[in-house]
Amino acid sequence: MCLGIPGRIVSITENQLAEVDFSGVRREVSLMLCPELEVGDYCLVHVGFAMQRLDPAEAQETLELLDQFLEASGESP
Amino acid sequence: MNPHKSPDEGKLAPLLLENIAALADSPMRLMEVCGTHTVAIFRSGIRSMLPPGVELISGPGCPVCVTPAGEIDRAIALSRKEEMILATFGDLMRVPGSSSSLQEERASGAAIRVILSPLDAVKIAEENPDKTVCFFGVGFETTSPAIAAAVMEAGRRGLGNFYLLSSQRLIPPAMRALLSGGGVKIDGFILPGHVSVVIGKAPYCFIAEEFGLPGAITGFEPLDILEGIYLLLRQRKEGRTEIEIQYSRVVQEEGNPRARGIMGEVFAPVDARWRGLGTIPQSGLVLREGFSQMDAAQAFDIPYAEVEDPPGCLCGEVLQGLVRPPECSLFGTGCTPEDPVGPCMVSTEGSCAAYYKYGRGAGGDER
Repeated sequence: MCLGIPGRIVSITENQLAEVDFSGVRREVSLMLCPELEVGDYCLVHVGFAMQRLDPAEAQETLELLDQFLEASGESP
Repeated sequence: MNPHKSPDEGKLAPLLLENIAALADSPMRLMEVCGTHTVAIFRSGIRSMLPPGVELISGPGCPVCVTPAGEIDRAIALSRKEEMILATFGDLMRVPGSSSSLQEERASGAAIRVILSPLDAVKIAEENPDKTVCFFGVGFETTSPAIAAAVMEAGRRGLGNFYLLSSQRLIPPAMRALLSGGGVKIDGFILPGHVSVVIGKAPYCFIAEEFGLPGAITGFEPLDILEGIYLLLRQRKEGRTEIEIQYSRVVQEEGNPRARGIMGEVFAPVDARWRGLGTIPQSGLVLREGFSQMDAAQAFDIPYAEVEDPPGCLCGEVLQGLVRPPECSLFGTGCTPEDPVGPCMVSTEGSCAAYYKYGRGAGGDER
């Protein structure tokens, strides 16, 4: 039940509500728990609420540990 | 790019498995606390890839599964009241109470609405001022801030017809109860990623400090889970016991303080009953003064009555990791996802449903 779905904020309307794009599907999401979010931000959404800002750059980075494994195995990360 | 997605699995999974195998020189039993992990582990086939010494056991982290039948009965009693609309999450509809389920009640005419967000229940109350609207709110710390926010919103809008039947539960007290009980041998914990988005790392530290066990807050992609397992094995190898955050691209060490603040403003901790685990101190949430006029348990005459588990059902033991689903005599014969007896077969995140769907079904699957 604790599913979290990542989405991107398309617009912010009044009253801490945002329109969020989930890979093409748009839904209204409350920003009450993450009021600092801005248009263009990625966030984790659970039961209609943004729970956490996601940093796309960080998400794209290969995890440090995995980098080490790849280096140790002689492959480029 | 989906920022939630882990890097290239094809190349990295074998490397992680190699490193896990190198550290698995003696048996290690790891509990995945969260039902979402249970499903991800089965779906990805991780159990069958691990070296023989590394065993994964499912814990009590499925909110639907740990809700006692007596609380389902209370929600059913509410739904039978005149001019009542009961709103709840879809996962709860098929869970059996003592003699019926919310799905059966709806089929017999009760006004029960399945909602995706607690705010939908607030909206229903606003649109139906001549009805009473009660939200049957189930969930762990992931969901509680959203339920708290909806309660605040109902207050802000001045809705006198909105109520909450709170059946929320907290994960760390349940883990303490499990460890204090001593019935199940656990060598480490794969900790729930999305509960931790809210609570952060600190509430788990007692696991390492008091019980001397390692924990890894872990994400839900197959690579996340493999890395979580690797971190736990590495702690053992290096003689460390601490709580690490594997899922650092989403989970902050301090969690989401604002979400916790709203949760704490609306709810106070209270002793709560768990299916299989009994009553656990300070493991539930009740509306605080200032919001208690919305408490359905106080506003309506719906006394709680204990319900015996159905004969033969071992959900209680399964939730504690004492028994694997195929060891239950009902598994796959008297109890299937189509015709479930216990909640662990009803919920898609229940261990029994996961074993049935992704294991070898009625034949039982030991790994």
